[in-house]
Amino acid sequence: MQKKDIGLAVLIIVVGIIVYMRNPLFLSPINLGNTANLIGLFGLFAIGQGFVIMTGGIDLSVGSVIALLGVLFVDMVGKFGVPWPLAVTLMIVLGVAIGLAHGVLITRFKLQPFVVTLCGLLIYRGIARGYTAESTAGFPFGSSYPQLEWLTIGRSFGVPHSFVAMLIVAAIMWVVLHHTVFGRHLCAVGKNEEAARFSGINTRFVTIAAYVICAVLASIAAIYFAMFTKSVQPSSHGNFYELYAIAAAVLGGCSLRGGEGSVIGIVLGAVLLQELQNLVNLLGIPSSLNFAVMGAVILLGVLADQQFAAYRNRKNTERALGLLQKS
Amino acid sequence: MSAVQRLDLRLEGVTKVYPGVVALNDVSLQIKAGEVVGLLGENGAGKSTLMKILGGLIAPTSGRIILDGQEHRRFDVQQSQQAGIAFVHQELNVFDNMDVAANIFLGREKVRGPLRLTDRKRMNELAQPLLDRVGAQFHSDTPVSTLSLAECQLLEIAKALSMNARLVIMDEPTSSLTLSETNMLLKVIADLKAEGIAVVYISHRLSEVEECVDRAVVLRDGHNVGTLEREDVTHDAMIHMMIGRDLKALYTPPAQMSSKPILSVRNFCIKSKPDRPASFDLMAGEILGVAGLIGAGRTELAEAIFGVGQKLDGEVLIDGEHLNTKSPADAIAAGLYLVPEDRKRAGLILDFPTVENITMASLSAFTSHGLVSQKRQIEVAEVQRSSLSIKTHDVCRAANEMSGGNQQKVVLAKWLSMDPKVIIFDEPTRGIDVGAKAEIYSLMRSLADRGVGVMMISSDMEEVIGVSDRIVVMKDGVITGELPRLKFSESNVLNLAVGRVLEEA
Repeated sequence: MQKKDIGLAVLIIVVGIIVYMRNPLFLSPINLGNTANLIGLFGLFAIGQGFVIMTGGIDLSVGSVIALLGVLFVDMVGKFGVPWPLAVTLMIVLGVAIGLAHGVLITRFKLQPFVVTLCGLLIYRGIARGYTAESTAGFPFGSSYPQLEWLTIGRSFGVPHSFVAMLIVAAIMWVVLHHTVFGRHLCAVGKNEEAARFSGINTRFVTIAAYVICAVLASIAAIYFAMFTKSVQPSSHGNFYELYAIAAAVLGGCSLRGGEGSVIGIVLGAVLLQELQNLVNLLGIPSSLNFAVMGAVILLGVLADQQFAAYRNRKNTERALGLLQKS
Repeated sequence: MSAVQRLDLRLEGVTKVYPGVVALNDVSLQIKAGEVVGLLGENGAGKSTLMKILGGLIAPTSGRIILDGQEHRRFDVQQSQQAGIAFVHQELNVFDNMDVAANIFLGREKVRGPLRLTDRKRMNELAQPLLDRVGAQFHSDTPVSTLSLAECQLLEIAKALSMNARLVIMDEPTSSLTLSETNMLLKVIADLKAEGIAVVYISHRLSEVEECVDRAVVLRDGHNVGTLEREDVTHDAMIHMMIGRDLKALYTPPAQMSSKPILSVRNFCIKSKPDRPASFDLMAGEILGVAGLIGAGRTELAEAIFGVGQKLDGEVLIDGEHLNTKSPADAIAAGLYLVPEDRKRAGLILDFPTVENITMASLSAFTSHGLVSQKRQIEVAEVQRSSLSIKTHDVCRAANEMSGGNQQKVVLAKWLSMDPKVIIFDEPTRGIDVGAKAEIYSLMRSLADRGVGVMMISSDMEEVIGVSDRIVVMKDGVITGELPRLKFSESNVLNLAVGRVLEEA
């Protein structure tokens, strides 16, 4: 664990203690289970967003992808009776296609990630609304898919499976990011694309791969969200989710300039965000304020981090000067 | 012109520390009105750091700035401008989408009327006399995109005058000028001096320095090594102070040199000079110097051979085999490596640990079952650290904590940990101190002696002449000549670089 991760974990625990002291329901099994479910759902695609941010890019289309694929998945399984394993596979294939499209537009055609994925945000949302003619997609009354439900909204020993899925994805991505050649190359490309290229790294491939990872995790999250909400309202489902993902990644130590970040940090970022949502509910703060609370905490966190970094820098300079004067 | 106060500027004991590097160490400098002070030193000696402190761009870590009797801990940009300090930069800061007058008054535009619209007429009227003063042949409403480099320089000087400059700092003003343009600039400097304006003249061209300065201050490795008064400013004295030793000692002859080319470049055309093909051979075991003026296309050629830039036409053979580089990965696979010109931009990732930088290009070789073994990375990094004597106490520390020379060794270590056949060095010692330079040279020599072909692009004349076994000179994308060691001289290289034919001696 990096220093930043530990700081974040401490913050999560401190906030947790304060909330618990004000409202002991915080640690009740029901509340913990529900919060864990949300952490799982949001954590899944926040990890993907983190990978994109580490290349120095951004993916604004995540929320719309979750809406579009959610609508398609529900319709396929509920309306057209496609067997769910096939539907899941199709969703992932669509995720790969969306990620490839983003990546190719950004690397081959040299468009800015912000612009490409902003257009994605508008396009996917528009298709979802057009396809359903603004009507809510839902499963037929009385239908049930025991295995799919067990995998997505089931629980073992009270632990929601969405949370378990997120942990499994996080573990895999942790290995990928921190222990494979691809992961090192990803950080190198994000930090200094030029130097990476001069070292023979295929920077295009690395960047495209990051967008594919992001879109695939978004498509998996889309399935989990669809199963969780049971019905998908195309104009509001997944709204602003890309911003939750960006917030989690930034809180988790990803620099928007690229090259920095850790999977543990992103997961902790997602935990803190849901903890704050939970705090708003449990402490009786009007839920209309929940964005304001989240924004304020992120701002303070990033500000504090910046100040610590500047402080460390000053210390380093002073030490160097001290050494100089001694010699 | 209103009577401005006569300049009296002193820097005392100025020190600037960056993490891991001491850029300036206890430097003092005095500048008075009507004086031309030459500021000399090799690349990385601290000249530009010192000038940035004067310009208010960076704050000194310690030391004092005394201006007209008033003491300052540091300048900010505004104070510096108010004090009448103006820059004429090496890389010109002109906006070629505007006309001359707009450039001169940028940020201080004259306005008229209640809407504060720009008053072009007035700016033109004010600009023209300034242009006349510097002897410019162009007008205030000429678009800057039509000006030559030398004319842009005059524009910058006119801009300095418009700000009532009392001190004009010129950083390598002649590095891309022709001889007649240079002479004109020297005349302008003499005029400024006659008007009581002080000039700090930074240049590597010692004959110009000899001609125009009243005093030369020499920096080496961030230290003030001495001052030469007018009558002592000679070529030899300056060189001796700058490098602290004589030049001749640089060259070590090769152990063995094969006549078999390890790299052959045939009719190679680069993007910016599409109809100017270059051809040359690099023998195994030799150090081939590639000289030429800035803009001759040397870096572009090297990068295109390496697969970074675009190749239009031509072929490259390594060890007799065709090499088709679509990307650097192809060149690297063939054993052709590039140590790029801009270390910080393309050579390494400054924020990354040394060990990661060294293994960056060969990371796949450090994996088992797809996972990277940090233990083996560190082993290899340690081997490179000791064989190149990279000065860091921990290879896991970030590369930006090291000095430039050590950073360059890290770039080199990246390639040496692999299997080089040809290494292209692009300005290998830019911004590196003298001691580390000698180490880099001896590393290059030992590489060549192992049978590696070493190609060295350099704009540092002393380096090209002192280190190479053979020199090729490039101009506008073509090789204009080749010099064997016996015919090495500064004038031969320069003549070829400007496209003149050598007289047969």
